Amino acid sequence: MDAIILQVLNGLDKGSAYALIALGLTLIFGTLGVVNFAHGALFMLGAFCAVTLNGILRLSSESIDPSRTDFLGNPLKVKTPYVESWFGPEIGGAMIEWSVPLAILFAIPIMAAVGVAIERGLIKFFYKRAHADQILVTFGLAIVLQEIIKYFYGANPIPTPAPDAFTGSFDFGMLLGFDPGVIIYPYWRLVYFAFAALIIGGVFAFLQYTTFGMVVRAGMADRETVGLLGINIDRRFTIMFAIAACVAGLAGVMYAPINSPNYHMGMDFLVLSFVVVVVGGMGSLPGAVAAGFLLGILESFASMAQVVSLLPGINQIIIYLVAIIILLTRPRGLLGRKGVMEG
Amino acid sequence: MIKRPISRRSLIKTAGAAGVGLAAPHVLIRNAHAFTNEPTGSTVTLGFNVPQTGPYADEGADELRAYELAVEHLNGGGDGGMLGTFSSKALKGNGILGKKVEYVTGDTQTKSDAARASAKSMIEKDGAVMITGGSSSGVAVAVQALCQEAGVIFMAGLTHSNDTTGKDKKANGFRHFFNSYMSGAALAPVLKNAYGTDRKAYHLTADYNWGYTTEEAVRSSTEAMGWETVEAVKTPLAQTDFSSYIAPVLQSDADVLVLNHYGGNMVNSLTNAVQFGLRDRVVNGKNFEIVVPLYSRLMAKGAGANVKGIFGSTNWHWSLEDEGSVAFVQSFGKKYGFPPSQAAHTCYVQALLYADAVERAGSFNPCAVVEALEGFEFDGLGNGPTLYRADDHQCFKDVLVVKGKENPTSEFDLLEIVEVTPVAQVTYPPDHPQFAGGQLGSCNPGT
Amino acid sequence: MLGLNRRDALLFAIVIAITLFAPIILNPFPEGSELAQFNAGYPDLMQRFVIFGIFAIGFNILFGLTGYLSFGHAAFLGVGSYAGVWMMKLLTMNVVPAIIVSVIFAGLFSLLVGYISLRRSGIYFSILTLAFAQMSFALAYSVLTPITNGETGLQLALDDPRILGISQTADGSIPLTNFFGITMRDGFEIAMGGWLFTFNAGYYLCAIVMLIAFYVSIRIFRSPFGVMLKAVKSNQQRMLYTGLNPRPYTLAAFVISGMYAGLAGGLMVAMDPLAGAERMQWTASGEVVLMTILGGMGTLIGPVLGSGVIKYLENIFSKINDNILHQWFSFLPDGLEDFVVAIVYPFIGKGWHLTLGIVFMLVVIFLPGGIVEGGQRIAGLFKRKPPEDKNKTAAASAPSAAE
Repeated sequence: MDAIILQVLNGLDKGSAYALIALGLTLIFGTLGVVNFAHGALFMLGAFCAVTLNGILRLSSESIDPSRTDFLGNPLKVKTPYVESWFGPEIGGAMIEWSVPLAILFAIPIMAAVGVAIERGLIKFFYKRAHADQILVTFGLAIVLQEIIKYFYGANPIPTPAPDAFTGSFDFGMLLGFDPGVIIYPYWRLVYFAFAALIIGGVFAFLQYTTFGMVVRAGMADRETVGLLGINIDRRFTIMFAIAACVAGLAGVMYAPINSPNYHMGMDFLVLSFVVVVVGGMGSLPGAVAAGFLLGILESFASMAQVVSLLPGINQIIIYLVAIIILLTRPRGLLGRKGVMEG
Repeated sequence: MIKRPISRRSLIKTAGAAGVGLAAPHVLIRNAHAFTNEPTGSTVTLGFNVPQTGPYADEGADELRAYELAVEHLNGGGDGGMLGTFSSKALKGNGILGKKVEYVTGDTQTKSDAARASAKSMIEKDGAVMITGGSSSGVAVAVQALCQEAGVIFMAGLTHSNDTTGKDKKANGFRHFFNSYMSGAALAPVLKNAYGTDRKAYHLTADYNWGYTTEEAVRSSTEAMGWETVEAVKTPLAQTDFSSYIAPVLQSDADVLVLNHYGGNMVNSLTNAVQFGLRDRVVNGKNFEIVVPLYSRLMAKGAGANVKGIFGSTNWHWSLEDEGSVAFVQSFGKKYGFPPSQAAHTCYVQALLYADAVERAGSFNPCAVVEALEGFEFDGLGNGPTLYRADDHQCFKDVLVVKGKENPTSEFDLLEIVEVTPVAQVTYPPDHPQFAGGQLGSCNPGT
Repeated sequence: MLGLNRRDALLFAIVIAITLFAPIILNPFPEGSELAQFNAGYPDLMQRFVIFGIFAIGFNILFGLTGYLSFGHAAFLGVGSYAGVWMMKLLTMNVVPAIIVSVIFAGLFSLLVGYISLRRSGIYFSILTLAFAQMSFALAYSVLTPITNGETGLQLALDDPRILGISQTADGSIPLTNFFGITMRDGFEIAMGGWLFTFNAGYYLCAIVMLIAFYVSIRIFRSPFGVMLKAVKSNQQRMLYTGLNPRPYTLAAFVISGMYAGLAGGLMVAMDPLAGAERMQWTASGEVVLMTILGGMGTLIGPVLGSGVIKYLENIFSKINDNILHQWFSFLPDGLEDFVVAIVYPFIGKGWHLTLGIVFMLVVIFLPGGIVEGGQRIAGLFKRKPPEDKNKTAAASAPSAAE
């Protein structure tokens, strides 16, 4: 029982990342009708916003400490971050420690700008082209983005820790009457889950309750008619792309402490998130979110030793197996509409 | 440093220019030479096959730096590095057998196919007489088999799986790096001292060849001293979030977690394990501990503070104070501004060992080189007295047991050496079950 | 000639000529010159050119004609490779049985995958094929290690049975792959002035197989069957209304292209007897998509050109390191030299992925028809009239399908 509860928590946590990426993908697909293979790269860019801010805050002045030596036997250069010398060690230290949450503020304008640049500079020329072309050009873009990051940051993962306040784990089991230490879950992962829920709720509320959202939803249903009504749908679509880029970027920022970011983390998520979107049904926002959590939980269960000993290798293929089964029984995924992306 | 990627072919060029002329094309049968890519000009070309793209690109870059340094030293440039401390004095700093050393580079992409393609291009196009490098066992085994077939020497780079000199050993291939068995044998006594003999271990193992041999090695050596293995779970290579594998550890009554992971897998699984508070746990009245059998300092950096106090093994570390290591760290550090990794060390040493063997054999012929390297005993290259065993072409030398440092003084200062395990303790008979199967075969000069 | 119309016969003749003289054409620079770096006429790369050409030609039969975008074709290549190596381990080092078995196994596997995946269309089809390929890759890498040798890749050993051959040669080596006694490594070199040309038996075997594959693909494109496949692409609905079931046609195209992939896999192990699991990864499937698009989707020659460009980038471009660059630009003043090298370096050598991504984006944006369209446009500039669509004339002359 306790094992199952833990794996549900794990599944929700993994599912949050899948759902956030899939949500952005679906927003772009639903509104703009474009299949964005560069979405994983946007997630990666978000994580590197956190890395960059962390790096900026750690920019240091060097002074020489003659009492100690470095590996070559020269006097050791001691680095003091500028923020610590400006604001004092305490505030400066806290700023560095809280760099990941701070990076949210840092990432929003950057990701929005990246989103606008990609949409205006590239995607807008592809609205009328075949989906295959869209997939291919955004795939090329993904390669370019990830190689640029690799050029500047190297190939190794870069540690980007969460604030100390969030290290450690929360003891769930105690609440439910288990022994202490049996069902514990890391704070930062719980934060991630809450954050994902907040963003998902925000996006839905935005689309449901604002005029802007209404127009966008109308545009998703029938773009031409909305255009005929004299509404500048293009500008709104640009904004939608920027929002989707922000969602992916923020998912990346918050993910940085969970696993140290590296340049190919986007590709690692890309294939999975596509499977998630398709299983959910192309163009369905609730479908994407539901499929994200469903696949996250199934993946967690499949990795349990008891399951693997029963079906060797199941943990390697579960996501794909489920995708095949769902697509064969429900032709358009869980909540997909007829006629979308079938041509 | 200027290089020209020519060797065997440069002769043909000169011959052609020297008057054979355009009018009289001459046909050369491939087998006209005594052995593949026999260097006949004033230079010799070596092939450095390292990962330049993909997740191990930084490790590959460090290997390449070491090779460039080795070439510089072989050609008499720089401060000579370990040439001065090497017990064999055959190398004079005038290239190899008087021929200037040149090199070509290739990208393995850490994929067997790509690695073989790039090795083939270095052999077929650039006339490389020796291939070296690599950052994974899959690639090492694949390239080693290729070199055996093509008739050139392969000096393995970083490869830790038992199979490289076990069931997949080849006569033309040589490994200086240590292996899974040695990690297990070196770690066990240290773990016994630190954590006692009554421990329950939980293994997470990367689901591929290297993971299997490492798990087997660590299991058998820890079980021999009284530990119990409660569970061993395989994790997919592509896994990035290990939470669903770490969580069940909480339910088991294990009090040690062994992470048979390398590189990116290791960074993530260790980070996740620490997130789940495993290090603060107390099970069976004992502190919960984590062990990482194979450390890579370059990669461990990605795990940040999470490595503190965690035991593992490594082939070499820059903080060693023997003469050879100090010389190497000095000359590498002066050239590049940071200390070399263990991958850089093993690659540098392999290049030197090859050059020295050629010099002693008096020939580039792979069979002569094999003969010179088999059973070769040397010292002064950073690991103490070392033997290149004839039976399986594996180096036998001291192994380092290291621990993540609590108070690092710099970004390179991540690991501290806990013990230098003497070579006798990690030596095994050539027919040890973990190395069973496979035959060395005979050396192939490629007719 | 050979049942081809004049245009196709001309194209085929050109392809034959280029393929047979490739060792000369690909080595345009004399040995020892600075530009020799760019020569591609060595056996391994030439073999790769034609093998991946076969793979792409086959992929184009599915993608170019029916428009079904498969992200899983690398799996068939992988299955073919494994089957081929097993034949060499168990039966003989002669490559013919290995290649035949590769094609059969890849065909069977593609029949299974195709039968299931083709129940859906569009992106749903793509994801199904992707899922199958990723499953094959993940299992081959881990659980199926006894069959595939996992990460290391399946390779020959000295103690393999090889019923119809020898386990090891007299001097204790693994026997070489051969075609009825001609080993694939065999060949000769011709030196002419400063030039050196390598003629390799393995390459010519691959080249001949590629020419046959290319010929078959022309015949398929021009056949009633090919027309049906194009109908699937242009309007499946209309096809259904006229009472035709597109499924058997698409499945046949899928299996044929799977067999082409298996053929490529078989040839790969015939040239170099090792089968690695990465061959089946989705990125490998993505690569053949890139080749097809880059060269020109739906054209006859495009996929071959595309595979050539990508393999050239991967094998030649990636080997240029900063030393070579410094050497090239050494005529510049020191400061400027470093600056130029610093600008150029990110794009070549280990940065070749970046160049590939950029080239690929540019092609998709500006040349949707790939290299072939580029060539036609250039040709059009000289002819001063729009180039005629090759396929149009052929489609008109092809007999209509009657059922």
